[in-house]
Formats: sequence, structure tokens, C-alpha cells
Amino acid sequence: MKIDFKHRHSAHCESGVSSNLLFHYGIDISEAMAFGIGGGLFFGYLPFIKVNKLPLTTFRCEVGGIFKRLTRKIGVGVYWQKFRSPEKAMDALDHSLEEGIPVGCRTGGYWLPYFPSAFRFHFNMHNLVVFGKEGDKYLISDPVFPEPVVCNRKDLIKARFAKGALAPKGTMYYLTSVPEKVDFSPAIIKGIKEVCRRMLKTPGPIIGVRGIRFLANQVEKWPKKFGKRKTSLYLGQLIRMQEELGTGGGGFRFMYAAFLQEAAGILKENRLLDLSQKMTKAGDRWREFAVVASRNCKNRASDSDSFEAMSDILRDCANREAEVYKELMAVVH
Amino acid sequence: MKISEVPQDQGMMTDDVHEVCYALDKDGRYVLAASSGWEPKNITNDQAWEVIEKQVTKALKDIHAGKQSPLAFHMAKNQMNISLLSKYVRFSRWQVRRHLKPAVFKRLKPDILERYADVFEITVKQLQEYPENIDQRFYRNL
Repeated sequence: MKIDFKHRHSAHCESGVSSNLLFHYGIDISEAMAFGIGGGLFFGYLPFIKVNKLPLTTFRCEVGGIFKRLTRKIGVGVYWQKFRSPEKAMDALDHSLEEGIPVGCRTGGYWLPYFPSAFRFHFNMHNLVVFGKEGDKYLISDPVFPEPVVCNRKDLIKARFAKGALAPKGTMYYLTSVPEKVDFSPAIIKGIKEVCRRMLKTPGPIIGVRGIRFLANQVEKWPKKFGKRKTSLYLGQLIRMQEELGTGGGGFRFMYAAFLQEAAGILKENRLLDLSQKMTKAGDRWREFAVVASRNCKNRASDSDSFEAMSDILRDCANREAEVYKELMAVVH
Repeated sequence: MKISEVPQDQGMMTDDVHEVCYALDKDGRYVLAASSGWEPKNITNDQAWEVIEKQVTKALKDIHAGKQSPLAFHMAKNQMNISLLSKYVRFSRWQVRRHLKPAVFKRLKPDILERYADVFEITVKQLQEYPENIDQRFYRNL
């Protein structure tokens, strides 16, 4: 049994799943658009939350947030369910598939057999769409892979019930109702406002633009505070968060720039094109930071790659982004 | 990032897999461009695996010294700590900690061993075994 589902290779799992599910029901929406309307862009440096004993830095919003906000804004009905029992979770999945409904599932990455071994870490923030079943094998559209993949029942159960931080608990979701016509303009404006507010106005020092500045101040102190080895691990973790987990490059900044560009066309607002370029520049600076930081990880740093220089790049990122959000606020007001 | 700047530094990915990222085409429009990897990512990914390798090496050392049971090797190899493993096998943390003792592990009943083997996706016999030394870059052929 196989649903006619169009798999589109995406940069990021959740925005990819969102746009692919909507596309299945006739809403033509790109991944970047899904990411932007869902207000996916974020920054948070959360040193008190540790992943593998290293502080968490996030460039995107909470898990599930993109899908939730996107579907709400464009008036799409969604059914969500969590499970205790793996058997019931799989039965519910089978049942939906039999009715011809493609189902989004939250999973852990470690147990998915089609992941290249170099990527197999315990992280529980992965999303995919199941769109068919043949015997014991499930057909899966995993948006970060070029082609649809296959996963057997036992592995899928393990992935859906992965344990640890942010355990997915068998979460599955699918669309129940779709409006006949979607007007993207108000959704785009709301999405932009949300991101700007979050990045500029969140209280406290660790979230948004202030969070980037806070991180810049911290990075400078790391070598003295932690010594060489631990600093290297901290930097490595930071770069992995920024680049590795399907971010589309530059910690989602390029994806957001792509969204702004598309939004400019829909809203007929040329100022957004200019801001898209500025966001691209910010993303380029983040990439520069990753290059320098990785050299420091490998002890290949030259004199110009000092920690002060890295912090300066981060401060520049913060300044550039702050400017973009302020101007965006003025545009969508 | 322009399309021409999209990095193609193979390292983590196999030949049939690539990822996509957002890049500007020659007209300044954003498109999805394929990338087979990027050096900074490869470096940091390697670093993460080195950490895991070190943990496995340490586990093996402890096992050879008679301080820990073979369970320690499989736990480290599967990137788990006591708390994560305890959730997977549905034992309490202190039980897992007990099972990590060589003397206790030797006397464990088959059904308990079975539960561990199931989590690691190996046989009970494999669960009781461990290599002499760690395979360099063992993650390439996990």
C-alpha cells in the first residue's frame, strides 16, 4: 500500500515535512516559506541545558513549533497524538495509512537504519513522513534525504519511541482539513512579526540578538575558563548546532533570507529584497565564524583566528541581525 | 552564499547521499543547491566521534582491568550513559549500575541479558563479548 506522495528534498526536517504535507493536499508552499510563516528562526544560548555534557545553542525554535504555527496561521486542521504503547502507536499509523493519509512522525535519529553511520547520534528532534507500507517495511519521505527511504517496523518503533531528552513518545500528526484557498500575505506578516519580537524583545540575556552578544562574550572567556580541550569541545558543539542538523547553512539564516525573498514577491514589497540580502550577509558571517572556530578545534588556528576575533565576528552577526529585525518591524508594521 | 561557494568537501556522507542548502544563483535568487559536505562540519563531526571513541576505549580498559562488565563496552559503543540505557531497558538506574559490575553481570539471568541484547540489537552471546582493542575509526563500519 502506497500513497502517491511527492517527496521533495529539503534542508531541514520539520519545515520540509510541513511543506511536503501541505503540498500533498494541494497547497503549494516552499520549505523556506513554511519556515518563515512558522516563525522558525531563533537564537538561544542555553548553557544550563547540556547535550552530551556540552551547552545547548539553538538557531531554531522549539520542536514542533514551526508546524504548529504554520498550520494555525493558514487555517489547516491538524490531528496530533502521543502514545504510551508502541503497539497502539503503530496500529494508529497503519490505520491512517490505510485511509490514504500520509502521517508525520517525530523520531530519534539514532535508530533509523538509512542514516549514514557518521550521523547516528542520539537526537530526538527528527521529523519524517510515512506514506506507505509494504509487508513489514514502511515507505518514508525523510525530507533531508534525496530520495524516499525504507525502514522496517522494528526500527521505526525504536525511532518513534527513542528515549532521552525531548523523547518523541510516538508522536504522530496529520492534516484533517485544508482550506480551499490560502492567502499567504497575513500569515507571512504574522510570522515575520513573531520572529522579530522574539529576537529583539525576549527578556533576559540568553535569547535573541542579546543571546548572540552574550555568547560572543562567553566565547572570549572559554580558553581561560575551561582550558584547551574543553574549549575545543564547546566550539565543536556550537558549530554542529549551527551547521549540521539540517539548517540549510548559516544556522538557518540563509533559509530565512530565501523566505524574505519569496515574501517580497507575494507582498509586493521591495524592501524585503534588500533585507533578504542583509540576512544573507549575516549568514555569511556565521559561516565565517564556523570556519575560524573549526580551525581552533583542530589546533590549526593562525594569529588572526584568535578568540577575540571570533567574538568580534559573533558581535558583527548580532549587529547585522538586529538591523534586519528592526527594519523588518518597520516594513510589516 | 552563492552557488559557486557551496562547499563540496566529502567526509561524513556516503556517495549516494548529499544535503541541500540555500544559495544564490547568478541572478541573486535563492535556490536549493546540493552539497556533499563542508570542512568545518567534517572537523566537528570527527571531533564528536573522537569523544565517543575515547569513551569506548575507556570502557574497554575498565573491562580488561576487571572494574566493569562487558555491558560498559556496549553502552559506550551505543553512545549511552547509565540514565539513557536504563530508560531503554526499563530497569532503574541503580540496577543498571549493578549490572555494570563484572561479578553481578556474570550471574545475570538469560531474560535480563536478553533485554540488554535487544536494545543493542545483538545476540546474548555478543553481549558477553568485547574486543581486545578499539577499531580505529570504528564508526565507519558500525
